[in-house]
Amino acid sequence: MILDGKCPSGPLANKWDTHRQTLKLVTPANKRKFKIIVVGTGLAGASAAATLGELGYRVEAFCYQDSPRRAHSIAAQGGINAAKNYPNDGDSIYRLFYDTIKGGDFRAREANVYRLAQISNAIIDQCVAQGVPFARDYAGYLENRSFGGAQVSRTFFARGQTGQQLLLGAYQALSCQIAAGSVKAFPRTEMLDLVLVDGQARGITVRDLTTGEIRCHAADAVILATGGYVNVFNLSTNAMGCSVTAAWRAHKKGALFANPCYTQIHPTCIPVSGDHQSKLTLMSESLRNDGRIWVPKKSGDTRLPQDIPETERDYYLERKYPSFGNLAPRDIASRAAKEVCDAGYGVGPGGRGVYLDFGDSIERLGEDAIRARYGNLFEMYERITDENAYRQPMRIYPAPHYSMGGLWVDYNLQSNVDGLFVLGEANFSDHGANRLGASALMQGLADGYFVIPYTIADYLARTTPGTIEDTHEAFRQSRQQVAQQTDRLLSINGRKTASEFHRELGDIMWEQVGMARSATRLTEALKRIPELRDEFWQNVRIPGSAQQLNQELEKAGRIADFLEFGELLARDALNREESCGGHFRVEHQTPDGEALRNDADFAYVAAWQYKGADQTPVLHKEPLTFENIELAVRSYK
Amino acid sequence: MDLTLHVWRQKGPKDKGRLTTYKATDISSDMSFLEMLDVVNEGLIKQGIEPIAFDHDCREGICGTCSQVINGDPHGPQARTTVCQLHMRQFKDGDEIYIEPWRSRAFPVIRDLVVDRSAMDRLMQAGGFVSVKTGGVPDANTILIPKDDAETAMDAAECIGCGACVAACPNGSAMLFVASKVGQLAKLPQGRAEAARRVCTMTDAMLEEGFGNCSNHYDCEAACPKGISVKFIAQLNREYFMALPKGHKEKN
Amino acid sequence: MPLKHVIRSAVGRKLFMAATGIILFGFVVAHLLGNLSIYLGPEGINAYARQLHQLGPILWIFRLGLIGAAALHVLFGITLTLESRRARPVAYIRKKHLRSTLAGRTMIYSGLILATFIVFHLLHFTFRAIGPQIEMLDGGVVNVYRMIVDSFRQVGYALAYVVAMVVLFFHISHGFASLFQTMGMNNEVTLPWMGRMSRIIAVILAAGYVSIPALIFLGLVIK
Repeated sequence: MILDGKCPSGPLANKWDTHRQTLKLVTPANKRKFKIIVVGTGLAGASAAATLGELGYRVEAFCYQDSPRRAHSIAAQGGINAAKNYPNDGDSIYRLFYDTIKGGDFRAREANVYRLAQISNAIIDQCVAQGVPFARDYAGYLENRSFGGAQVSRTFFARGQTGQQLLLGAYQALSCQIAAGSVKAFPRTEMLDLVLVDGQARGITVRDLTTGEIRCHAADAVILATGGYVNVFNLSTNAMGCSVTAAWRAHKKGALFANPCYTQIHPTCIPVSGDHQSKLTLMSESLRNDGRIWVPKKSGDTRLPQDIPETERDYYLERKYPSFGNLAPRDIASRAAKEVCDAGYGVGPGGRGVYLDFGDSIERLGEDAIRARYGNLFEMYERITDENAYRQPMRIYPAPHYSMGGLWVDYNLQSNVDGLFVLGEANFSDHGANRLGASALMQGLADGYFVIPYTIADYLARTTPGTIEDTHEAFRQSRQQVAQQTDRLLSINGRKTASEFHRELGDIMWEQVGMARSATRLTEALKRIPELRDEFWQNVRIPGSAQQLNQELEKAGRIADFLEFGELLARDALNREESCGGHFRVEHQTPDGEALRNDADFAYVAAWQYKGADQTPVLHKEPLTFENIELAVRSYK
Repeated sequence: MDLTLHVWRQKGPKDKGRLTTYKATDISSDMSFLEMLDVVNEGLIKQGIEPIAFDHDCREGICGTCSQVINGDPHGPQARTTVCQLHMRQFKDGDEIYIEPWRSRAFPVIRDLVVDRSAMDRLMQAGGFVSVKTGGVPDANTILIPKDDAETAMDAAECIGCGACVAACPNGSAMLFVASKVGQLAKLPQGRAEAARRVCTMTDAMLEEGFGNCSNHYDCEAACPKGISVKFIAQLNREYFMALPKGHKEKN
Repeated sequence: MPLKHVIRSAVGRKLFMAATGIILFGFVVAHLLGNLSIYLGPEGINAYARQLHQLGPILWIFRLGLIGAAALHVLFGITLTLESRRARPVAYIRKKHLRSTLAGRTMIYSGLILATFIVFHLLHFTFRAIGPQIEMLDGGVVNVYRMIVDSFRQVGYALAYVVAMVVLFFHISHGFASLFQTMGMNNEVTLPWMGRMSRIIAVILAAGYVSIPALIFLGLVIK
């Protein structure tokens, strides 16, 4: 099947405006008759739920965390992009659009990305109005900083906690609506199934994580804003609870999964310190503004970094990419780090690390200036590693961070399932094969505040509200199916813990499906993942019962889905015989080791259809057409 | 290193809990406190014992989910550090560690170390926001905010809503939590319009939810993983005082 | 804002605590200054007592104001404490006091002891229902100097007053700093030395008060 992204026609700059004129509206009096379910309360979910509540819809917002405020958007550090051009340095909507689509290695939809760039400015206005304390200059105006993949300063920030502040802004808007009664929040509630009636998304089945109750919620439309899936690698910068579960269960009900192989490995994370490691900690990309990345020129050099003279250091990013230098995009910086470590130049335990050195900046600006900019990050680094980065360089290494792939959606952010909308990191739409720094926050809020309120109305206006109750047969079946899976997990009573399976899956994914992928390794992964999955269903041990707070049961459910999803990710990576963005196939590289795209055969979105357990999924393609830009070799040299 | 843990175990909200003693052996000083508990839990599962339930999520000190009183100190002995960022190098071989949940009437125990903090969400719903709707707002740079005010607002806004202030307070008061939001929004022109109303509705909600009141002990500031200053409590009091001459409407 | 809202609100009652605290603190200061006239000998304190009585109705206005303030202070202190007690129904098995002081945590006890002491003190020196035989001066006024000296020569009275004033030290050492915080008169500049200043003031006041019974009992200075 050839998929249609339903992008409006006409000039790029007018597409969204023209499209909005054609979208149907729901009158205020009718809005309250419609019930909308929003799963996930991160930037996309909270902003969508709040905005839809304000408009007058009845909204139910779900999250697995104990409060909507704790969604993992809160951990985003660096900032949020917008094309305000406040610094007068040559930025424009077009340039933000172009940087984003180039940053994504020309694997995103033009129309979506342009809309994102257009909306970016309104997001900043909205957040400021909410009381988000962005950094200001002495005159009281907003400050900007530069970020990877751009030559202008367009990133707005609130210290190193921009994600936190933006999320709290959305959470506060949500709280306002909860108080007003238009939104009902269900924290500590995990979505375990999507319910379809006559092919339309009509509700979800959830487990109340406190009591274990499995219940259904019916609605007129379902919005998933459930984040990304890089915890499939086990160790990642995601929160422990981040999972593919909601998206995967929707996929199993027919929603197509697009480009799962596009995963972002973030270059600046604190390296792994031992087997006990439960997660990896990101050091904001903004550090690369003032830090210089290097490794010793001599392989296996065991001298302390301060004892290595300048001439014996290889500032490999500055050497390879002179125009962007240390601010090369994430995929490029990560792969370069892996290359130097694979070649034996890595530092720290196991040689899995490179230096991020602030020595020059401290000399130039003084320690206080560096402390003012990154103090909290340096503190965090010291807490974890017991090393003082003012005195010696940080050690960093890439770690899985973000998933550009996700459920397939059209221009209206609707999946191929009618009435199922997907926002934020959970969809695939805006970042192509690689996401630039400070763009995730932009996309999440754009989808939630400014896109979904328009597009969902168009869908709802075509339906009759409240026709389906949760007493419908489809809900009963869904509840039964979810209960069965829970009982099955609890009855295995094997010998290995869920975490052990997660670690094993993570090892396979990181080694075979990580930063450098090859047909051999991917084939190996496709063999080993199903084996591990079979073992899981025979040998996992989950203590306790289903009628209580049971964190092992929650974890096992999520890992069970990762064990299925990991296979799809590997399959997609094997299918994509090219290198682009975060997806690097060793078979496809230029002589100097850069990613080699194949636009003739792979300028498409790969959207996979679920065909049943242990069945090969079916690939559908959405051709990517570029009407306004030339596909170019992505160069940061 | 080897440690002895005394952990609060409680099956459910209505059950009686008690301290149970476990051994944690072969603990690396590079582990975080939660990773140490992961290791203990893996051991318990293998022995067929239900693992210790505890709240955690981001494990990088920002989501505010983790919540344990360690040797009588919310988030443990290291200042300005959440449990997930607390590393075992803060302890030494042979240490005895007492681990208890947050204790507050407003935070009923759900299981073991997991408590229900939805009362804090309700405090926010009582007025911890600017009632601006999406769209129709002016350009961001039309609202000028002096750098110092923006910085002070940010100091307050760093609150992660973990509830350590409540856990530490001899009175079980959520004053620092409320003050951080009241203080942030009162510092900004966008928040001034509702400042008087906000301080009244939020502090009233605090009483309704069963939190104690502030008697200026400042244990909250010492326990706060983000080091939020009690000067914001003074600011809250000031805001309340200034709200006195104004009309007070019940929460709508 | 209607008064009933202010009184229902914990922050509102705390404001009353601070405001009445200021009044009571002012009284404690003024009372000490008056008492110190004992160091001028019998003429000093007896003259002070006479002056005070000549104020007549004004004195009663002050007294009623003080009684009112004290009553509110005690009443709200009790309700606030009870609310705070209820806020932690299950106690910690281990609890560290990170910043709070013993004085701060025992305000209700020091407050109630002081309230009891005030009753005792009024019975003793104002209504003269207890204590040693009173000596009258010419014109039907009490020889205040003698009354004080005779009382504090007895170990029981001297000890009771010294203990009460130590309790006063505790109460003021937290209360003085606390009232600034509650009135909102505190910021990052004042916060670090507020506690210290509060303790110094409490020491000065308590030492001033304690000096009288202590010196009398020991037979020094005041004979």
